[in-house]
Amino acid sequence: MTKKIKKLNLNFGPQHPAAHGVLRLILQLDGEVVEKADPHIGLLHRGTEKLIENKTYTQALPYFDRLDYVAPMNQEHAFALATEKLLKIEVPIRAKFIRVIFCEIGRILSHILNITTQALDVGALTPSLWGFEERETLMTFYERASGSRLHANFFRTGGVHQDIPTKLIADISKFCQNFPKIINDLEDLLTENRIFKQRNVDIGTVTKQEALDHSFSGVMLRGSGVSWDLRKSQPYECYTDLDFKVPIGKNGDCYDRYLCRVEEMRESVKIINQCIEKLPKGPIKTVDGKISPPKRDDLKQSMEALIHHFKLFTEGYRVPAGSVYSAVEAPKGEFGVYLISDGTNKPYRCKIRAPGFSHLQAMDYLIKGHMLADVPAVLGSLDIVFGEVDR
Amino acid sequence: MNINNLEKVINSELASKITKSDILNNELLIETNVEDLISVIQFLKSSDKCKFRQLIDIAGVDYLGEEKRFQIIYLLLSHEKNLRVKVLIKVSTDEKVSSLVKIFPSANWMEREVFDMYGIKFVNHPDLRRILTDYNFKGYPLRKDFPLTGFNEVRYSEKEKKIVYEPVKLEQNYRDLDFKSPWEGTKYVKNLNKEIKKND
Repeated sequence: MTKKIKKLNLNFGPQHPAAHGVLRLILQLDGEVVEKADPHIGLLHRGTEKLIENKTYTQALPYFDRLDYVAPMNQEHAFALATEKLLKIEVPIRAKFIRVIFCEIGRILSHILNITTQALDVGALTPSLWGFEERETLMTFYERASGSRLHANFFRTGGVHQDIPTKLIADISKFCQNFPKIINDLEDLLTENRIFKQRNVDIGTVTKQEALDHSFSGVMLRGSGVSWDLRKSQPYECYTDLDFKVPIGKNGDCYDRYLCRVEEMRESVKIINQCIEKLPKGPIKTVDGKISPPKRDDLKQSMEALIHHFKLFTEGYRVPAGSVYSAVEAPKGEFGVYLISDGTNKPYRCKIRAPGFSHLQAMDYLIKGHMLADVPAVLGSLDIVFGEVDR
Repeated sequence: MNINNLEKVINSELASKITKSDILNNELLIETNVEDLISVIQFLKSSDKCKFRQLIDIAGVDYLGEEKRFQIIYLLLSHEKNLRVKVLIKVSTDEKVSSLVKIFPSANWMEREVFDMYGIKFVNHPDLRRILTDYNFKGYPLRKDFPLTGFNEVRYSEKEKKIVYEPVKLEQNYRDLDFKSPWEGTKYVKNLNKEIKKND
């Protein structure tokens, strides 16, 4: 007697701790093997692009913190670079270094979260407890520079909002001395761990060609052996002056991507150290009074400063008409902003290119033929944050 | 190879299919027709001179009031040549665009997003559904004539014990202030600190 096996449809999420946010994944299962995955996204859609079209350039910036909320300043960076390109203004050298320091802190923040939660998804609890302690320290640095742990709103067109205190630089430097040890501890827990390897090696393999076809970027691309890092190949800010390596994977599976992320954290620490060493003195935003607001004490004494302040915070500055695409190497991949200006004080169109969007799209093809238990492992290594996927 | 050479190559190889090309802010933008889109993209991807093997993004833009209302911009990246190019097409409201899914699998969701936000339809797309907006959403939110506040709001009704959709009720409308009058100040940058010291 033969028994007909019925295909099973399973709803994974939108409320599931391993879905890394609000992902509704509809899985078609044949026994325990996944035949098809259909991600339903948009549950966190806030209409960022529409909102930005209705705000001035200064007001638009904080929305970028809310995209990939585990590495806020990297997103701000892309938008700041885009407006600067349109305005054709130069950023003071000190601001460049401060920006790079905080972008690399963002990269470490994001990678710690990803590595430890990926471990959590496959059954290891300890790494997240150890990792999150470090994240907390890093977020205090964010707080001491910008005033808030997550939604920093620290970068400005033409520089950064405020100079950072000397004590903070010393503390970041101290952190950079201790942190490599923490990475080693995390690696002791995971890299040679039998269970971790069984769950990750040869899971979600991506070949070079597939990675290109599916518009992968960042670690997803490098894990498959493509040497491509925007910080090296299309350098922005002061990355040309800094010495760092780009780790590349070999097999393109979840395990290689994990290894890449670990190495990238080490490189980030190196970059931060170099930046602190080289950090010059000087202004932290452009001196152009038509773009950056005057100092607080000038407001009390100079009429012109007062007028500038008022105009900048009501009308904002005007950006010459034109279009520009600027991309940064965010922790998750290429984060780009395609900005169209019509010459007024608001962007006409601001298309946000989120790396997670293309990565999640490939979920169907990555998971086909794998077991149901591999879904969290693959999802974890894609490094999905719904703030940026849904926008 | 730099961006100027690339412009020459594209113009000479695709002569009749390119309606306009220019370099602005060190970025190359080429304009083509809806009918020629597939062949242009195919050429850019496969030609040895370009090798634009990655589709970075597809962006829709709405120019309300123009004859061809929408623009779609395809952002391409070439790892080998380390170059980027933007391909622009102009689309009118009822025109359909051929899908790129066969050439770039990743175009799938990107085109779904353009469809969701602007209502532009794609021919030969395997699965043209809405992607980011709510289930049963009506209208195309990124069109310029779609209000920022939208039409419906969602809340949980304690009375009915379920989620209900209602027309948006706002105590105060969104204030869109008119900044049409240009603010023209001095062209030079004054050194404010110096001035203050002089006055003291």
